[in-house]
Amino acid sequence: MKRGLIMTLAVIVGIVVLCAAVFGGTYNRLVAGEETVSSAWSQVENVYQRRADLIPNLVETVKGYAAHERETLQGVVEARSKVSQMKLGADVVNNPQTLTQFQAMQGELSSALSRLMVVVERYPDLKANQNFLTLQSQLEGTENRIAVERRRFNEAAQAFNTIRRTFPNVIIANVMGFEKKAYFEAAAGAEQAPTVEFE
Amino acid sequence: MIRTSQNPVILAEAGIQVSARPRTSMWGRDGLRRSVVQLLFIVIAAWLCVTAAFALEVPKTPDGYVTDRAQVLSPGVEQQLERELQRYEAATSNQIVVATFPSLEEESLEDFSIRLTEAWRVGHVKKDNGVMLLIFPNDRQLRIEVGYGLEGVLTDAQADQIIRTVITPQFREGHFDAGVVRGVQAITEVIAGEFSAQTEGGHRTMSPGDLAHLRVQGRVLARLIGGLVMVLFLLDLIRYLRYRRSHATYRGRYSFWGWWFRFAVLLFVLNMLFRVVFYALLVSRGGMYGGRSGFGGFSGGGGSFGGGGASGRW
Repeated sequence: MKRGLIMTLAVIVGIVVLCAAVFGGTYNRLVAGEETVSSAWSQVENVYQRRADLIPNLVETVKGYAAHERETLQGVVEARSKVSQMKLGADVVNNPQTLTQFQAMQGELSSALSRLMVVVERYPDLKANQNFLTLQSQLEGTENRIAVERRRFNEAAQAFNTIRRTFPNVIIANVMGFEKKAYFEAAAGAEQAPTVEFE
Repeated sequence: MIRTSQNPVILAEAGIQVSARPRTSMWGRDGLRRSVVQLLFIVIAAWLCVTAAFALEVPKTPDGYVTDRAQVLSPGVEQQLERELQRYEAATSNQIVVATFPSLEEESLEDFSIRLTEAWRVGHVKKDNGVMLLIFPNDRQLRIEVGYGLEGVLTDAQADQIIRTVITPQFREGHFDAGVVRGVQAITEVIAGEFSAQTEGGHRTMSPGDLAHLRVQGRVLARLIGGLVMVLFLLDLIRYLRYRRSHATYRGRYSFWGWWFRFAVLLFVLNMLFRVVFYALLVSRGGMYGGRSGFGGFSGGGGSFGGGGASGRW
């Protein structure tokens, strides 16, 4: 029957259009989410790079006043060179292991730097040095930026993962190869209460 | 004729299930109504608890260029600053905002200040040329927060220097007015010449934050439209059922599915129409943004911050 045929065709066309709309919408959202995550990641890399760039200057300045703190200074330099030797591909955001490794190395540099800052307390001349004060404030600002950009990256990654894991997006994401994004974990050891030891 | 729509036979034929119970009984029962009220009450109470759990509430919008919640500035100086900062923005397009809060209430200074920058969005879209001077008298802490666009000229070191050499010496003496005025002056001197007001206007792309805001508005709109469509649907269904009843013997009448298909086409056309209207709205909003002016001459305009600046104590 002619009417019936038209009806069936209309229904089929309707279903196809609906599927295409759902697929297109989801795909576009996933692409937009992925873009947000990768731009957030490049900001994270920027601020870490900024910190690494500060270090040679800082080390030089500290050396001028506290040359015999060789061990501490050496620790900072080594941690920095490890960080800059680490080659990160574009897919680091898809790879939790690489991200954890990256975080661990940056964490080593952070603790080396904080050891240096503790040592520096013993040198009043250095603390009064204008150059050192400038570097110190830049370092503080950079640490703050790192915290901000890491949080924003985590938020972007989380938003993407939420979109990716909900139905029906998860099917499309799997078919089109959108991977789950990795997060920054809370600083290692921060989740454990510090142990107090008595001699 | 309304009774027609409740005729279970016709509705069942139309593929819609209807309970045989008369409509009044559902709302006549006190128990149901009471439990609904109780549920609502619980939801509201839970929501209040959640919002109270945050230590220091970030104010949604600033009071103006100067937001003196801690009441440390004298009214004369506050007004003068307000005028000067307004004039300064008109000349350079840079937005400098001063805010004082009594206490951080156990929160970290940097956490609070970055949340504040995200809420107030000081500075302009794309230029990100905002600076915030935040003061917490009870904690004796302050911070200069610098927008992305000004990080190059107002470096962390310079912000730190302004705090150490210009502001805190005054604050230590208890001279908040002088400290804030001189601090703001120092900031303007440092960032002089970075941006000018000339590049304003024209169409702009919106920042993600504004877009998210517009999406929320859009969702409310969508819900309204959804409600409208439901009403339309029911009205037209009733109309169709009446038509069907009066043409019960005529074979040429269109079937339920025929009606359904027509209605779907109508909805599709409406959908397209609303989309066009929504995007037109989006574009016009984006274009108008530069010219918008809020209360008291202040219009926080979508600047982003990345944690640049410096903190200090006195």
